[in-house]
Amino acid sequence: MAITKVLGMETEYGIIIRGSADANPVAASSALINAYVSERNRRVGWDFEDESPGRDARGFAREGSMPPEVETHLVNAVLTNGARYYVDHAHPEYSTPECADVYDLVRYDRAGEMILADSIRFASKFLPPGQSVVVLKNNSDGKGNSYGNHENYLMDRSVAFSRIVAGVIPHFVTRQIYSGAGKVGCETFVPGDRVIDFQITQRADFFEEVVGLETTLKRPIINTRDEPHCDSRKYRRLHVIVGDANMSEVASFLKVGSTALVLAMIEDDWFARCGKDFTLRSPVGAVREVSYDTSLSTPLELQDGRSMTALDIQWEHLELAKKYSESFGLASVGGDRVGQDILSRWEDILEGLESDPMSLARQLDWVAKFRLIEGYRERHGLGWGDHKLRAMDLQYHDVDPARSLFSRLGMETLFSAEEVRSSVDEPPETTRAYFRGKCLQRWASSIAAANWDSIVFDLGREPLCRVPMLEPLRGTRAHVESLLASVSSPAELIEHLGS
Amino acid sequence: MAEREQIRKSSSSRSDDTSVEEVSSSSAKKGDELKAELDDLLDEIDEVLEENAEEFVRSYVQKGGQ
Repeated sequence: MAITKVLGMETEYGIIIRGSADANPVAASSALINAYVSERNRRVGWDFEDESPGRDARGFAREGSMPPEVETHLVNAVLTNGARYYVDHAHPEYSTPECADVYDLVRYDRAGEMILADSIRFASKFLPPGQSVVVLKNNSDGKGNSYGNHENYLMDRSVAFSRIVAGVIPHFVTRQIYSGAGKVGCETFVPGDRVIDFQITQRADFFEEVVGLETTLKRPIINTRDEPHCDSRKYRRLHVIVGDANMSEVASFLKVGSTALVLAMIEDDWFARCGKDFTLRSPVGAVREVSYDTSLSTPLELQDGRSMTALDIQWEHLELAKKYSESFGLASVGGDRVGQDILSRWEDILEGLESDPMSLARQLDWVAKFRLIEGYRERHGLGWGDHKLRAMDLQYHDVDPARSLFSRLGMETLFSAEEVRSSVDEPPETTRAYFRGKCLQRWASSIAAANWDSIVFDLGREPLCRVPMLEPLRGTRAHVESLLASVSSPAELIEHLGS
Repeated sequence: MAEREQIRKSSSSRSDDTSVEEVSSSSAKKGDELKAELDDLLDEIDEVLEENAEEFVRSYVQKGGQ
């Protein structure tokens, strides 16, 4: 049986310092995060003991492949909601805490936007007069530089990586029709005299390989980083780098919900059991073909000679998922309620895309953005290359609600602002993030460092005391709330845990 | 292919029963509503748009991402 799809999402935000000729994005990112942690949290640093981004899921490292470096010298904090907030290369990055279902994941990802917006406010006090910081939740600067929004899915280690790769690629290529955040223009070479004025995704231009370890160049559809941040004998963490950051909660929900279901189906070998194989003849080319076609009519060639549109392939995935849920249930994606919501949302969105994509202007980012920019373009008689349109594209993603164009579009939401606000400080209750967050809320001054799978306590005596958390679904509220209530100090906690 | 046809039933059936009119009138209404909202937004959007779009777009370079 498929295991529970514990989920996480890492977002690299774009950062702009207005009013400065020689602004340094690393310094600005550090200033943001420092301002936040000094205002809201006692500082607890990240523990790098567990980091090995160069490990390859295929069991080898390809010659010339370049794992990203772990930058241990930059600002790195753990928050009381269980998230990690840090400077990655030249970006502020927020990683959600581990979540046991897709509703929690979307809520904690949205909390990240709020944390960035708070950070801007806190940091503004320290900026020189005339300067301000703009933070964007998108994936491209429009000049050929991309930055990521990575999804993480807990998977059963015993399932062959090759089966995951083969099974999930068609979904990654075709889910773009609802997960795309939309983009004005194109940032890669397109053969012939074809001009791409507007495309469905931010990221499609940047994928050059099918499978690989890289994340900053020659980006692959399937990333092989094998760094589970938990018991590596039992689990793997599928690290998905191919998606766009979503502003729309509905798009984010369906992107992650459908993927969690497809991965559960792969664990239970459902595609093979049903005799279904959607292997694409040219997946890298297909990523772009799908993104470049807002009419959703481009046929994709399959290995077996058939050709199907992205929408056709998504309909078939949905139908397989429905049958799968009848045989295997929906426990692996968070239970019946969540699972049925994913299935019905999936169907609604595919129906909307089939009848008239523009009818989804309140649900999907690419549709909302396209309508807005196309409307403005028509009204003012502008060409697609006009700076105004590109500026609107960027401003759609601004995390400051006063500047964000997204926030003016009346998009459907899954959560109230209060629910998102509470997720800024409180951890999810159904994963180990609960234990991490609660310990940080109470005993930050006694915590030397923390990371995904351990907390290091400093009890004022040698040696430091590491509490391992190798099971993502242990340390939940149900497991530890009464224990935490029964102890009055971290020393007492450690004593209880040891006994 | 039988299965494929079955899958698409939910969408194709819309075009051959009496619900067609309802569906198209409700989606037309939704379309009108969306259009009216967009028009309102376009009327006021210049107030929030980046003033110097060219400078904003030109100066935005974001290297080092994954």
